[in-house]
Amino acid sequence: MNHGKVPFGFLTRLLCGIAAFLLFATDRGEVAAAEAAPLHVPIAYLGEAIPEPPPLSLVEPIAKDKGIAGARLGITDNNTTGQFLHQDFELVEKIIPAGGDLKGAAAALSGAGQKLIVADLAARRLDELADMPEMKDAVILNVRAEDDSLRASDCRANVFHLIPSRAMKADALGQYLISKKWTRWVLVYGTNDPDKAFADAIRRTAKRYRAEIVEERAYEFKAGSRRTDTGEAQVREQMTQLTQRLPDYDVMIVADESEVFGDYLPYRTWDPRPVVGTQGLVPTAWHRSQEQWGGTQLQRRFERTSDRWMLERDYAAWEAVRTIGEAVSRTNSADPATLHKYIVSDDFALAAFKGKPLSFRKWDQQLRQPILLATPLMLVSVSPQEGFLHERTPLDTLGHDEPDSTCRLNP
Amino acid sequence: MRRWRSLTIVSTIASFVAVTPALAYTAYVSNEKGNSITVIDLDKMATVATVPVGERPRGITLSRDNKQLYICASDADHIEVLDLGSLQVTQILPSGPDPEQFVVSRDGSKLYVANEDNNFVTVLDLAQGVASGEIPVGVEPEGMAISPDDKLLINTSETTNMAHFIDTQSYQVVDSVLVDQRPRYAEFSPDGKTVWVSSEIGGAVNVIDVATRKILKKIKFEVQGLRSDTIQPVGIKITPDGKTAFVALGPANRVAVIDTASYEVQDYLLVGQRVWQMAFTPDAKLLLSANGQSNDISIIDVAARKVLRSLPVGELPWGVAVR
Repeated sequence: MNHGKVPFGFLTRLLCGIAAFLLFATDRGEVAAAEAAPLHVPIAYLGEAIPEPPPLSLVEPIAKDKGIAGARLGITDNNTTGQFLHQDFELVEKIIPAGGDLKGAAAALSGAGQKLIVADLAARRLDELADMPEMKDAVILNVRAEDDSLRASDCRANVFHLIPSRAMKADALGQYLISKKWTRWVLVYGTNDPDKAFADAIRRTAKRYRAEIVEERAYEFKAGSRRTDTGEAQVREQMTQLTQRLPDYDVMIVADESEVFGDYLPYRTWDPRPVVGTQGLVPTAWHRSQEQWGGTQLQRRFERTSDRWMLERDYAAWEAVRTIGEAVSRTNSADPATLHKYIVSDDFALAAFKGKPLSFRKWDQQLRQPILLATPLMLVSVSPQEGFLHERTPLDTLGHDEPDSTCRLNP
Repeated sequence: MRRWRSLTIVSTIASFVAVTPALAYTAYVSNEKGNSITVIDLDKMATVATVPVGERPRGITLSRDNKQLYICASDADHIEVLDLGSLQVTQILPSGPDPEQFVVSRDGSKLYVANEDNNFVTVLDLAQGVASGEIPVGVEPEGMAISPDDKLLINTSETTNMAHFIDTQSYQVVDSVLVDQRPRYAEFSPDGKTVWVSSEIGGAVNVIDVATRKILKKIKFEVQGLRSDTIQPVGIKITPDGKTAFVALGPANRVAVIDTASYEVQDYLLVGQRVWQMAFTPDAKLLLSANGQSNDISIIDVAARKVLRSLPVGELPWGVAVR
């Protein structure tokens, strides 16, 4: 910038201060607003470094900063906005080792007055955090735990869910299969708890949309199953055996969140059938092929700052930080209670590259959002599908609706 | 730069020889996925040329002397200057990354460009063909408008949800007004007293009083049989007499007609799919809309408030300009 002699930063700050003052002409008093310190908004990112299985495909990069990279971008976006409103956002990163002292870490955050917390935690640990007395008045934003119980029965008033639940994902997938008239499903599931939970969600969806699960099969992981340099023939043999002699069906749904065998199924099934679920055609909140509704901009911003493509948990964390940012810019407050009230109000709307304003379900504080259906390189469809209607918004056809949930937060 | 300028001169001379000046209006449509500009003779209501241009052309606007068309080639990260006599690209202007929308200063000397990818508005000196300033704004700068007196520049930032008021003397943001989610486009009323900002995700047009920077009105839209979240206002055009505003409603496939005195939406005109940007003919009797998903433009009779016809163009039409 070569224009003018006044240092640019000073002038911007001065003008922004005035702008903020004009915008929020509260009882703050004198024009000293220009001199006042900006509204400081620390957002904590509290994660647990749980070892995650590497992807089956050697092509897929392993992200070591999954989630937190999205939160960092969210902070950058918030601050670009904040400079015009005299607001300053900071990400306080706290990652505890697997099995580490969560309560100690949370107490330290609370002690430092940090009550806006992005939680990258599994369900049990999330509950542990939410139930701490120090966290009673906090705003906790769940970006990891997809457990349906957290939305259907076991809600916490201080927890918001950015990541879609398994039921939302299963419904998104189910609606698409129904719209294709692929109504006879085979369900193949892994034997770890998350696999079984996704299988449960699929069963619920089948019932809801009157699809028929013609047969279920469990796949038990054996140490020798994972791909080795010479494993291709063995993998093919195993998957063929796993899927032979099934009744007539349209589509195979795989529930393998543990990433043990799902990616081995496509093209290796006994019958020539498409594979969907946790692998193949997957329901997800975000995908690298999503370029609609300005999505390209977010993808590019993320890739530039993180040197990889944006994954679902990154997107959830970005949404979490942007949710706080949106609420702070509309209320000019960093007080968790004020923000909570605004976030669940009818005024709240988050623009998140999904072509629709996103908002939170009042009864369980789940972010309602379209779910993408994608193959590794392509966006295939976006649910809710045409014709799935709801009195409030079609987005509420995905997951546990108010009558299906015992939660009644924000009555 | 000198090479480009001499090219311009040559092609301008060529155009005098080759083309007899017609009185008819000509429309130019940018085809975002077709990487081309469709040229339409509005007397014949027919495409007369399709000009290949840089990747992902979106925003287009005429030079103040109507002799050139500036084109934001978003994925080529530059602006192309199309000579309208020869229909040749005669100059490439550095714009900063991912230019999407821009506006020419009233005196025709500068081009103000929103760089969607890097949170800047770039100032281009058209005589020199160089960037002469960068103004930091909010996240994903998009809509651009210039006041009738050339003193105030408006930029909207999509993820920041603001209309930034920029002083064109100091190139400083002097004010920022929070509007509804994902502001896409800004347009001054002809008297310069209000600026209209469309919010795609917020589903509203915010009318801002330029003097006080207060929002005078949030105009909402309702179309029977359509869910509110499919109504996404984008392009705005206001008639030269300042009395009527037209707002393109994106995937609602309609253009809303608004009485600017009462802010009342008086009509919804059914056009093509995903209606995006619009432009009047110079006499303001016709309004043209680019319909992205149906790959056509609709031609609207402004006085009668009727859609006269549609014309096919290239793939994913984005913007329109008429001279």
